[in-house]
Amino acid sequence: MKLQSSLTRWLVVLGVLHGVVACAGFLAPYDPTSQDRKSPYLPPMRIHLVDAQGHLQVRPFVYPLSLREGTFDQYREDTTRQERLWFFVSGDRYSLFGFLPCRLHFFGIENTRGYLLGSDGYGRDQLSRILYGTQISLLAGLAGAGLTVLIGLCIGGVAGYYGGWRDDALMRVTELFLALPWLYLLFALRAFLPLAVNPLEAFFLIVGVIGTVGWGRPARLVRGVVLSAKERDFVRAARGFGATDGYLFRRHILPETSSVLLTQAAILVPQFVLAEMTLSFLGLGVPEPVPSLGNLLSNLQQYSVLASYWWMYLPALIMVPFFLGYLGLASTLQKRGDAYKIERADFGSLP
Amino acid sequence: MRNKRGKFPYRRMLSSLLLPLVFCLLTFFFYPTIASSQQENENEELLVLPGEMGRSGGRLIVSLRAEPKTLNPVTSTDAPSRDVIGAMQADLVHINRATQLTEPALARSWKVSADGLQYTLKLRTGIKFSDGHPMDADDVLFTFRVYLDEKVHATQRDFLIVGGKPISVRKLDAHTLVFQLTKPYGAGERLFDGFYILPRHLLEQPYREGKFDQAGTLVTAASAWAGLGPFRLKEYIAGQRLVLERNPYYWRADLKGNRLPYLDEIVFLFVPSADAQVLRFQSGEADVISRLSAENYAVLSRQQRAYTMVDAGPGLEYNFLFFNLNDSIEKTSPEMLGKQKWFRSVKFRQAVSAAVDREAIVRLVYQGRGAPLWGPVTPGNRRWVNASIAHPARSLDRARALLKEAGFSWSNGPSGDSALIDPDGKAVDFSLLTSSSNADRAKMATLVQDDLKQLGMHVQVVPMEFRSLIDRVMQTKEYDACLLGLVSFDADPTADMNVWLSSGGTHLWNPSEAHPATPWEAEIDRLMERQLAAPGYEERKKLYDRLQEILAEEQPMIFLASPDILVGAKTVIGNFHPSVLEPYVLWNVEQLFFRNGPENDRR
Repeated sequence: MKLQSSLTRWLVVLGVLHGVVACAGFLAPYDPTSQDRKSPYLPPMRIHLVDAQGHLQVRPFVYPLSLREGTFDQYREDTTRQERLWFFVSGDRYSLFGFLPCRLHFFGIENTRGYLLGSDGYGRDQLSRILYGTQISLLAGLAGAGLTVLIGLCIGGVAGYYGGWRDDALMRVTELFLALPWLYLLFALRAFLPLAVNPLEAFFLIVGVIGTVGWGRPARLVRGVVLSAKERDFVRAARGFGATDGYLFRRHILPETSSVLLTQAAILVPQFVLAEMTLSFLGLGVPEPVPSLGNLLSNLQQYSVLASYWWMYLPALIMVPFFLGYLGLASTLQKRGDAYKIERADFGSLP
Repeated sequence: MRNKRGKFPYRRMLSSLLLPLVFCLLTFFFYPTIASSQQENENEELLVLPGEMGRSGGRLIVSLRAEPKTLNPVTSTDAPSRDVIGAMQADLVHINRATQLTEPALARSWKVSADGLQYTLKLRTGIKFSDGHPMDADDVLFTFRVYLDEKVHATQRDFLIVGGKPISVRKLDAHTLVFQLTKPYGAGERLFDGFYILPRHLLEQPYREGKFDQAGTLVTAASAWAGLGPFRLKEYIAGQRLVLERNPYYWRADLKGNRLPYLDEIVFLFVPSADAQVLRFQSGEADVISRLSAENYAVLSRQQRAYTMVDAGPGLEYNFLFFNLNDSIEKTSPEMLGKQKWFRSVKFRQAVSAAVDREAIVRLVYQGRGAPLWGPVTPGNRRWVNASIAHPARSLDRARALLKEAGFSWSNGPSGDSALIDPDGKAVDFSLLTSSSNADRAKMATLVQDDLKQLGMHVQVVPMEFRSLIDRVMQTKEYDACLLGLVSFDADPTADMNVWLSSGGTHLWNPSEAHPATPWEAEIDRLMERQLAAPGYEERKKLYDRLQEILAEEQPMIFLASPDILVGAKTVIGNFHPSVLEPYVLWNVEQLFFRNGPENDRR
């Protein structure tokens, strides 16, 4: 029961986080690629409720920042103008969940572009870019993990179930894949692919590359589970009654692997999000101007950015709750799997 | 000052008595040798340089981005090698980096014949290499023989081929040489700048044995290498530093007749990253810094301490965008042919040029420390820039009008943004190559991408490793458009001969054409040839102005911006006059000195 509630808790946390990211278009005030060349590296604006004279305002507002004369990135607050923050406003066009054309945004600021998390070197809104970037990185991680688990299941299942030379061959290949220096392999793979790829192609390339490289571990785990499962009494009994391989696999063995697979998936998602971030950070991922977390962080390769603009670090922080959520989920799933086994073992030992 | 130890006050007394004594003794011992060396060189013709009177001594620490590959001026190609060699070698006629005009160096004077084909150079007498060996006309003959030898692969060899034939050198007497050209050469004696005179006594044997490229490498012993520059090799420690020491035989002097250079030593430290160089400079470990990025310049200027930061203005670097106009691609795909139809349209190129926001490039890429460009000649090249070239402000309306005239139209895309459609009904999209190691150009590409998006063009920026990029542009020619930068090595138009001549190897949009592909390229060829042969500055300037007009009209390259030369030096360094020509800070290294100050006393 306790495990069940903690599982629910983690699922809710992740559900909310993913919900936020899925609605990036709605929550982001602007198009992530639109540039405002008058405001490079603008620091995050503060939302006020009390104005400079000390009066409380009903509606939250921001003071617009204006560039100091003769400087590149020094701004000052213009306290003579209050630009109010409105909720549910119409703004840049976007498509919700990738297909619903929409103009409604969660919030917007009157008469000026508001940068709640600052802007980057081209005057693009960092908040919008982080939201959209997280969407892409997470999607790459999820799709990569899905692909990996699928490949792992097939290969591990076949190796474990049939055994013999098939097992040997498949497991040697798996070991080979596990031993590969995958980061450099990713480089090599990416280098062989065409250079001018559009963002969508680049995205699928990344997913494909990540997915094909990472299946070794899940495959081995699945093989182990299948090996032990196929020798269980009820499986042997079913086989004795003349069950086919397909039926056995579907009905008795696959359910055994589910807890291992889910745990693996929950561990792999953050890993693959990191892989995507690494690739994009090194310029091998989704190309400009489309944001992804790695892309956003690659600005930090320049020392001056690192030293002067702290809000450029935010894309790194944004991943922390996601990773915590996934790892929490993974450990709960693992415990649940173990508890389940123990319960059944106890049951089995009853006279 | 208080004596911290307090216990032994007599120590201070003792030292204050001792020091003058030691000094007197030293003067006594060394005076005769100084006097005799002056006697010995009585017939030596020193070249007097104007400038602030300096103070001898001190060690200048300079950080280099990489280790120099060689000390041999003939085979060097990289910037670190050039910086080091520049301090160790000297040429016959030198271009003053501040005035951008020529001035006598090892040649005391020169005469040009009436037809402009014969240069008679008179060498300074009594000049010695840094190892004390005298220099004469034979060294010069040997030098040019080496530079012209195809087997040596000298990088500057091309500049000695004037009008298709190598120039010939003849010796009249020990101090007089005649250089014979087959065609007049517009830039005149600027030709001689950068041809460093080699020590024949050290290099003739390796040259004869075919081992010239093994001479003057970094492992060469200090005693086995010599030059005519202000400094000579002292020691090299791989991976750490290269130390040069004062050349006691140097042939330049200050206004009071003191032999230059002022500094005792220059230490080149190898500091691989720009950021690490900044940190070294900030902490006082390095004395000068050059090739600064605008960001680092801003950081250093903000926390200015004991150093002076100088924005020397736009240099000779010009960044530009060009399209693939090659007509000799072996396996041209139909897709490429379709794209080239756009690129060949002048109106298309003009529209791209009109849509590019150059002011934003200067502001966002160079933090305002640069100049927008509408031609290849930067405002830093004062003598040759055509001031009458129009500087049209960015106008999307004009760009759209131009595209419409060329038959392009717009369609409404699914997400509301309009896409540009060519006369054949194809959407305009192309990729833009840029060097992945150059953050500035990558940034420019992103800005251009957004500018062109507003015209409905779909541009994909492809960052690429520099070598493979050059390979694509020059060899395989598989690219759509490319964003690059060039740095002219000299302010004179002849420096960019290879870029503008249609047969030139750096004629980027269509390298090494057999025949000029278009009438305007033919005209550019003629203009370049004529300015080379024209006698006076006025006439050459007129021709070069015309060339700049053609480029502005035809837009084979869409010029973007030029960064300022940003440098810094400790305030205690005297005669610090950075120039916009390479080497930005060290061009007058013989005159740099440490002013009196606590900093200097510590040294």
